[in-house]
Amino acid sequence: MRIVIAEDSVLLRDGLTRLLSDGGFEVVAAVPDGEQVLRAVAEHQPDLAVLDVRMPPTHTDEGIRAALAIRRMHPDVALLVLSQYVEESYATDLLSAATSAVGYLLKDRVAQVADFLDAVRRVAAGGTALDPEVVAQLMVRRRDDPMDRLTPREQQVLRLMAEGRSNQGITDALKVSPSAVEKYVTNIFAKLDLPPTGTDHRRVLAVLKYLGS
Amino acid sequence: MRSQRLRLPTAHAAPAALTALWSPPAWRATRNALAGLAVAVVSAVILGFPCVSWAAAIAAVTSNENNPGHIALYAAVILVVPLVLPWLVLGQTALQRSRLHATLGLEFPAALRPASLGRWPLGPLRSAATWRQLGYHVISLFTGLIGGALVLACWLLPVLTVGLLLAGDPGLFNGTGLCVLAIAVVLAAPWLARGVSHADEAAARALLGPSRSEELAERVETLARSRADIVKATDAERRRIERDLHDGAQQRLVSLAMNLGIARASLTDAPEPARKAIADAHDEAVLALSELREFIRGLHPAVLNDRGLNAALSGLAARAPLPVRVQVDLPRPAGASIEAIAYFIVSESLANIAKHARATHAEIAVTRLGNRLRITVTDDGVGGAAIPPPGDGPAGAWSGTGLRGLVQRATAVDGTLSIDSPPGGPTVITAELPCEL
Repeated sequence: MRIVIAEDSVLLRDGLTRLLSDGGFEVVAAVPDGEQVLRAVAEHQPDLAVLDVRMPPTHTDEGIRAALAIRRMHPDVALLVLSQYVEESYATDLLSAATSAVGYLLKDRVAQVADFLDAVRRVAAGGTALDPEVVAQLMVRRRDDPMDRLTPREQQVLRLMAEGRSNQGITDALKVSPSAVEKYVTNIFAKLDLPPTGTDHRRVLAVLKYLGS
Repeated sequence: MRSQRLRLPTAHAAPAALTALWSPPAWRATRNALAGLAVAVVSAVILGFPCVSWAAAIAAVTSNENNPGHIALYAAVILVVPLVLPWLVLGQTALQRSRLHATLGLEFPAALRPASLGRWPLGPLRSAATWRQLGYHVISLFTGLIGGALVLACWLLPVLTVGLLLAGDPGLFNGTGLCVLAIAVVLAAPWLARGVSHADEAAARALLGPSRSEELAERVETLARSRADIVKATDAERRRIERDLHDGAQQRLVSLAMNLGIARASLTDAPEPARKAIADAHDEAVLALSELREFIRGLHPAVLNDRGLNAALSGLAARAPLPVRVQVDLPRPAGASIEAIAYFIVSESLANIAKHARATHAEIAVTRLGNRLRITVTDDGVGGAAIPPPGDGPAGAWSGTGLRGLVQRATAVDGTLSIDSPPGGPTVITAELPCEL
């Protein structure tokens, strides 16, 4: 799998390159800002772009803007945005343009090597990886809606779905039986008025409803 | 400013009276009195002429016999003099100030700030300072014309006496009497000059300098400006610290934690003590990273600069250990410093609620009312919080010092912060801050 990295800190750029290479990915380019990453993506057509949010020249949201531009010009490239802080406002921008093959994680998460590599694979395969902190922030801004019909347990399950976990992942996280998780998920779909089509599609719709976008 | 006092003659009266003749203060006072005489003549012409013309015009208009052809002229004088007089007063004040500076070394602070002058042409007319200055010019007509003339006469009389004696014709006086009078007058001259100068100086200080209210207004303005500078500097300093930490310590910690994570994952065949040490170091590094992030989040998050208060509050609310609702109605930004203070108030309030309130819900509401930013933080906890007066220790359920810090931050920008917290709750903290224009 081919990856382009945009990160202005040399230390982290080299660290990420080594981490991903050791994890079995091919880092085809590692660049220090948002403009160069657009050129690198156009040139290499990678499977995934890993983007820092705060990069030169303004050190504000270059990474988010680069992500939106990449999604517009190269819709097949998966996006994983990393930052020292996660912010609901950036997440909303990102999710308004990309609801699949997208991730937004705290940089801290790279320290949990196995989890981080899992998230990279999940996003590259078209899934989502939202930091629990982002999800909590989006939750604060959720407008009143059918969510209030969900029990606390169901909300917990939905929150884990939003983070990008599979039923198995949710089962592990909550330490409950797989059938219980199945039941929660079915209840969530029913309470959110989601028609019984393909399950994966319904998961995405549920998450989107949950995030209020 | 120097000040000269009249010293009364004592046992050494005769020598003192003699030395006073050539003492520097006496000469300074004499120069001042004579210059005062000259300037008073100028005042009499420059200010007297318009006033007399105006009075004459009024008298002519109110009298029965007036020539219709002259009415326009009178009307013009009546209208123009009030417009011109204040400017003449200001000019005359400048002249008097330079005289007082040259002869007595008196310095007057720029009493009228340009702002208080107001708009041309009516500004000076409405300014109280102009009328006080006119008062001085009226007084200086007396001190200058009468006082100056007396001082001049005191010095001229001996010259006249000598002239008369030389001419051998003392006229109406007898020679001895004239000599005694001349000597007495000369000896009195320094004291008279100093008396006149003293009166002149007292009037100038009272009327040409800034009035008490002007001094206070000036002081308030200086204080407000320096306080605003401090608030801005504090804000800038927080941003700088945030940026430095982001570019330095945080990057290094992430790199460290990542390398320890790689080591932990790959060194599975290392001896148990080594693996444990690496695992502990890894956990510590992750914890340090998270604590540093929390610290900066409370200080000044970057998103506050980039996206404003509304965006920054999500992070605060999400991190609170209880459910928090956020409602922000802020059509326009309130200004960077004000939003930073609002953020700090919400951040501290939520921290206090988590520590002391035993609440199950909290709500943040931010609205803009005209030019004020209103922030309310409500919780359904036990209540009983109060802002202790300065100097007291912690009071009520809340840490009083934390609340007092919030009050200080709000008042530093002319804002207010109040708390309503009956026992049993709910507690409502309301802050109002002026938006930057």
